Amino acid sequence: MRSTPPSPPSTEITAPALYARRREFIKSGALFVATSAALGAGLTSLSSLGGADPPLRPGPLPPTINGAAPWHIGKRGQFGTTEAPNSYEEITTYNNYYELGLSKSEPATLGFRIKPHPWTVHVTGEVAEERTLDVDTLIGWFGLEERVYRMRCVEAWSMVIPWLGFPLADLVKRLAPTSRAKYVRFTTLLDPEQLPNQESHVLSWPYVEGLRIDEATNPLAFLALGLYGAPLPGQNGAPLRLVVPWKYGFKGGKSLVEIRFQEHQPETTWSRSAPSEYGFYANVNPAVDHPRWSQATERRIGEFSRRKTLPFNGYAEQVAELYRGMDLARYF
Amino acid sequence: MAKPRLNWLVPATITGALIPFASIAWRLLRHRLGANPIATALNQIGLLSLIFLCASLSCTPLKIAFTWNWPLRIRRTLGLCAFFSVGLHFLVYLVLDQDLAVLAVARDVLKRPFIAVGFVAFLLLLPLAVTSRKGSVARLGFSRWQLLHRLAYLIGVLAVLHFYLRVKADHTQPILYGLVLGLGFILRGAAKLKKSRDIRLRASSHSAAA
Repeated sequence: MRSTPPSPPSTEITAPALYARRREFIKSGALFVATSAALGAGLTSLSSLGGADPPLRPGPLPPTINGAAPWHIGKRGQFGTTEAPNSYEEITTYNNYYELGLSKSEPATLGFRIKPHPWTVHVTGEVAEERTLDVDTLIGWFGLEERVYRMRCVEAWSMVIPWLGFPLADLVKRLAPTSRAKYVRFTTLLDPEQLPNQESHVLSWPYVEGLRIDEATNPLAFLALGLYGAPLPGQNGAPLRLVVPWKYGFKGGKSLVEIRFQEHQPETTWSRSAPSEYGFYANVNPAVDHPRWSQATERRIGEFSRRKTLPFNGYAEQVAELYRGMDLARYF
Repeated sequence: MAKPRLNWLVPATITGALIPFASIAWRLLRHRLGANPIATALNQIGLLSLIFLCASLSCTPLKIAFTWNWPLRIRRTLGLCAFFSVGLHFLVYLVLDQDLAVLAVARDVLKRPFIAVGFVAFLLLLPLAVTSRKGSVARLGFSRWQLLHRLAYLIGVLAVLHFYLRVKADHTQPILYGLVLGLGFILRGAAKLKKSRDIRLRASSHSAAA
């Protein structure tokens, strides 16, 4: 009988060269994991800059969406489309509102900074009486109706949105503009506290848009205060915004503080920033391309394939007459 | 001290480079790319392409500035990552964004400077990717191979231009990437000047000794 266990066979003894490399192996492995993780994280965050990720911290939704009774909708408006509206989430998380950030997702994160109550709108220029109107007064005057409109962005995407508001024509009529009022200018709020990206100079603030007076009194032109039966969230232009469905979306000035009637065509923000790309009219027109991309087709948000863009965004019957005899390639 | 082995560096670069693509694919499938997922994927892959191009073009400047040798060991890998990313960017544009409407895409390439510039950069990357293997250097001869691969500078400039022409109002990001490239070019130029001056100095000291 043996009293000591046998020593392991020599084949099981780790070779000294391998044993010495153990540390190096562990070290290389650790460096591999750390480097690839750091590189992967760095690349992922760099490539997300300026992207359209959904917001990480969506702002609070307007109270009426979360259970409380929605706004009373006085009537269903005309010109409704039978197309399926986009979801509330799509409409409120994919926005162009440069004053709240340049990406599509930032406005939803920062929209809560806009304080929509109390809110007044100055009516100025060529009107019977210059005055300051409370938004609640406007609702009292006109009530609220729902209009399901197509919205075509100049960037070749589109949505269908159930707006809540009143026809702009009703307001124009009530304000009684003078005969010198040939154009209407719409000015967005100027307040970097509420619109933080107004600290930057990517565009000249405040944002200014405009319509010809006959466009403003066309029954399609609309002032929206809500969507999906609830007050507009900040990112969609709370508390009051312009909706001109036959024109590209940028014509719809948001968070309006002034409506001015004037004799001359207003200088609008985007046409001032890039006059060769964005005109005053900005009518949706598949035949007139943006200099950098085609406007012939669009992607409806939520759809996989592109669809053909329609002249005047499908509202030619209502508005084509306004532009009879005009060269729409020149007045784009 | 023994020379550090860097055999983990290339695998780590490849793994790290694939992570953002995996992340985009994952978010695309889980509907976490926002309301316009195709546009988001297209933009993010485009930005990744530019990052890889700038990274591969920054290897030599990093060696010049810090006398590091490790950047040169991943230069080819980064260049191939750029090629993979640019190819994917083009495929997403052609297949997902444009529904494979080849005629519309061809018209866009011819008509729109920003798309034309991007497409030319993609085409120029093809011969570089094809001749990226070590054997190609021997087959072409080093000077011809090097001349061909100088196209990478042009590709980098075209990529920045493509991005610059694309953005609507805020040019900060394209300008930053342009600065990275520009700084690299300056460092290369300075190193080249210094080298030719050193050679001249040595030549003149030789002739003085003779």
